[in-house]
Amino acid sequence: MITHQFAYEAPTTIDDAVKALGRSREAKVLAGGHSLIPLMKLGLAEPELIVDIGRIAALREIKSEKGAVTVGALATHRSIADNSTIATALAALAEAAAAVGDLQVRSRGTIGGSLAHADPAADEPAPTLAFDATIGVIGPKGRRDIPAREFFKETFETALGANEIVIEIRFPARAGRTGSAYAKFPHPASGFAIVGVAAVVGLKADGTVERAAIAVTGAAAGPFRATAAERALVGTRGDASAIAAAAAKAGDGITLLSDLTASSEFRKALVIVHTRRALERAVERARG
Amino acid sequence: MTAATPTTYIGTRTPRKEDPKLIRGRGVFTDDVTLPGMVYVSLVRSPHAHARIRRIDAGAARKEPGVVTVITGKDAEATGVLPVFITVPGMSGSKHMPLATDKARYVGDAIAAVVADTRQAAKRAADMVTIDYEPLPVVVDATKALEPGAPILHEELGTNLVFTYPVKGGDIDKAFRDAEVTVKLHLVNQRLIPNAMEPRAVVAKFEVGELTVWSSTQIPHFVQLILAVNLGLSQNKVRVIAPEVGGGFGSKLQVYAEELLIAHLAKTLGRPVKWTEDRREGYLATIHGRDLVEDVEVAAKRDGTVLGVRIRTVANVGAYLQAFAPGIPTILHAFIIPGAYRIPAFDCEVRGAYTNTTPVDAYRGAGRPEATFAIERAMDRLADEIGMDPAELRRQNFVPPDAFPFTTISGITYDSGDYGPALDRALAMADYKSFEKRRAEAKARGTYRGIGLSSYVEICGLAPSKANSALGVGWGGYESARIRVHPTGAVQVFTGTSPHGQGHETSWAQIAADAIGVSPDDIEVRHGDTFESPGMGVGTFGSRSLAVGGIAVHNAAQKIREKVIQIGAHLLEASPADVVVEGGKVFVKGVPEKAKAFGEISMAAYLASNLPDGMEPGLEATTYYDPPNFTFPFGTHVAEVEVDPETGSVEIIRYSACDDCGRQINPMIVEGQLHGGITQGIGQALYETAVYDSNGQLLSGSMMEYHVPSAADVPPFALDHTVTLTKTNPLGVKGIGEAGTIASTPAIVNAVVDALSPLGIRHIDMPLTAEKLWQAIRKAGEARR
Repeated sequence: MITHQFAYEAPTTIDDAVKALGRSREAKVLAGGHSLIPLMKLGLAEPELIVDIGRIAALREIKSEKGAVTVGALATHRSIADNSTIATALAALAEAAAAVGDLQVRSRGTIGGSLAHADPAADEPAPTLAFDATIGVIGPKGRRDIPAREFFKETFETALGANEIVIEIRFPARAGRTGSAYAKFPHPASGFAIVGVAAVVGLKADGTVERAAIAVTGAAAGPFRATAAERALVGTRGDASAIAAAAAKAGDGITLLSDLTASSEFRKALVIVHTRRALERAVERARG
Repeated sequence: MTAATPTTYIGTRTPRKEDPKLIRGRGVFTDDVTLPGMVYVSLVRSPHAHARIRRIDAGAARKEPGVVTVITGKDAEATGVLPVFITVPGMSGSKHMPLATDKARYVGDAIAAVVADTRQAAKRAADMVTIDYEPLPVVVDATKALEPGAPILHEELGTNLVFTYPVKGGDIDKAFRDAEVTVKLHLVNQRLIPNAMEPRAVVAKFEVGELTVWSSTQIPHFVQLILAVNLGLSQNKVRVIAPEVGGGFGSKLQVYAEELLIAHLAKTLGRPVKWTEDRREGYLATIHGRDLVEDVEVAAKRDGTVLGVRIRTVANVGAYLQAFAPGIPTILHAFIIPGAYRIPAFDCEVRGAYTNTTPVDAYRGAGRPEATFAIERAMDRLADEIGMDPAELRRQNFVPPDAFPFTTISGITYDSGDYGPALDRALAMADYKSFEKRRAEAKARGTYRGIGLSSYVEICGLAPSKANSALGVGWGGYESARIRVHPTGAVQVFTGTSPHGQGHETSWAQIAADAIGVSPDDIEVRHGDTFESPGMGVGTFGSRSLAVGGIAVHNAAQKIREKVIQIGAHLLEASPADVVVEGGKVFVKGVPEKAKAFGEISMAAYLASNLPDGMEPGLEATTYYDPPNFTFPFGTHVAEVEVDPETGSVEIIRYSACDDCGRQINPMIVEGQLHGGITQGIGQALYETAVYDSNGQLLSGSMMEYHVPSAADVPPFALDHTVTLTKTNPLGVKGIGEAGTIASTPAIVNAVVDALSPLGIRHIDMPLTAEKLWQAIRKAGEARR
């Protein structure tokens, strides 16, 4: 449980952080430290240089403009869970952030760190995917925006390039009657998601489902959109039987994980149950 | 209770004297001890569960910067073998060396020790020690280890069978012949990992012929004794200090390889040496608990009268016998299986088996939780079979209050008990009568609700030395105490117990305070240092400290009290019979205004110019207390749960307990012990399990997989108590350290099985994880379709 020796830098601007990363091929960004430090203590990550971005104050901000919400990469899970704008406009994100680990972890861990680390059982990737958020990153070649659907690749793998830093996550404005929710089945020991489902539902004026986005974390090698379930719900009245029928398709076509705590068979059942529970709450909220 | 002793402080919720330092981070634990010139040890441990060691190459490791030395099994032979303190008849004992020489027998078996200037350098170099292993066939399951053809761990024994231990009473064949109903249960009491909050650590220094060892241990005096004997040192030149110890639960009730190795290295290198366990290392190298498989059969009449209990047990002891391991599934398990019940016939046989797993020894409750689980699951199964209320079935078979002292069919004598009132109180607290209404209401919401109870009897106050001897325990079960009153009246209590969370600094002060008439604030309790102790101390384990060590303190304090009265009577020119000792004053009954302060008496004892004729100067007393019997606390716990059929999740809705530990010295500490104990028992029922694959690799190897419950996982506990004093000791105290753990596991499992009983489910093995319950519910549903 002792890390190897490493160099450490703590720049105060994003530009300096990008430059610092360029000084080593084996550099890692440190944000809240709740993913990287455990890996280092176990000897699973041995970066030569740690670039601590914790002093770049601008990255902590949560801003909203015309319904769109921009969350700085250094916003902690706790600050997201406690943010009143997010609680109303992006309830699934607030609930996912509130479901991360425990109070201490939520007070230190950051959304940018969680997304960049891409643990397949992390909570916040689910609402990020379900809300079709955009991940803003800066690297040696400048700034670019990556749609959430393209960001998550495999376990611990993202579309982030070498020396790129996540700086913010932008959640687009939702038109009309929209509701969202996050339903989670945590691992009893680690608190990570065995299954976590974020659902976002938009209703037409007549009450039928116009849009449905369902993102699942924990169940597979990476977070995924349950597209068959989404399609099945659109056009229905969003009633209990329509939700149940849609939820039953939530694991379709996905290879689910199997481990000591949950077999793939059990995970599939949990995906269906939690999709249903998340959809029920999302529809209820959309109806207001 | 001695008639003349007031109880001003005994029975009060005196705030814990140890808390201010611990809460503020000022406690000194072993790893906090840092000495000039200190070197650090990292152990090379076997990645194989069973492998012959062909060759060890430490050449590269020795060349690493900062490395002082690397030692292997041959170098460590000087430390001698690790001790086993209990011998049961016919036992095949294993030879257990601090570093394995011929074979590695479990993943984590230590092979070499690397010493370096820093912990980092030692760890880095340890990774560079190359060991040529010849992997051997592996057996991790105890039942399989006893089958013909199983890989043999200790070739010189020719068998994996450690012992066959029978305990019998009455006519079991007749019981089953006469039975109108029999029930059978196959129970797996799974392996647990103790998870003391503070990992183990050892620091040793050897200066001017004197060895000092700091160790995170529950038994510093045993460690001192073994270090002296094994390392060939005069015992007076070996000092062992257990500073603050952050929990043990039995896992520090050992003389471990690391204690011998670190002391040996300090002695041979002439430099202070430190070793601190990693959490992951601890999962492999610190003892595990439980791991029994039991087949229970109960013979009964249809009216609920139990006629006999037959039980066959296989206990997994792991790769080697540890210090107390032979006594856990035998003495502390077999004898207490009859529990709270009058059972006319009993037939128990326990077999122990070596396997390629981490050694198993005492873990909170140690044998008694397993016994209680077996009998309490069997009672529920019987109630279900004959359609009787489980509470009524228990009540009907309880040992009646007029039968005490009661000799059980297993041959032990319960001191005192009145089991009915504790059951009644627990049922009332749980609102047991109206439960079915709540079950129906839950069903309407789509969840399954169940209620479960557990009535237990615990064995505490280990142990009368003669009983120890008869049972094969190679040491007395007494405890020591010394009280020193300084001339100014400052009081120090030295105890042979070695607390690691139990609050002895407070409770012992309360006991001494009442005897000598001063405040607990004026009494310092010191423990865990063999150079300060009254002499031999036995230590803290098996809910023994109060009923043995606390009585030693009480008896020493009575000696002080007697002398204070004698001196007081002399100075006040009164008869000793008329002298009152209280509130820090000594006076003649009815004349408190003409009092001598306690400090004046102590000063007089040391000035020695005006003492009664023939009285020795000084004010100090030492006692060794050997209990005449064990003590047997009891109680009933009731759990109410709901199971979500869609996810298999269990929610504990309500938990009520009525315990009887005799007189309570500090009710707040009693409640604290129960809170922790119940939570630990819930951990076994719902979450915890050490899982090995067939190659002997520990799959649940960290806290990311192995869930130790916290306050967030448990409901508020409703606690109450009855008080049935014991006549075994003058304070009437019994012990409470393990009761919660013993009682809660079967209460929870009984509640969950009760919840699922409408589906036809009769038993599910622990831990009752979400997936296990979900699978069981699904299968039950399919079977009914």
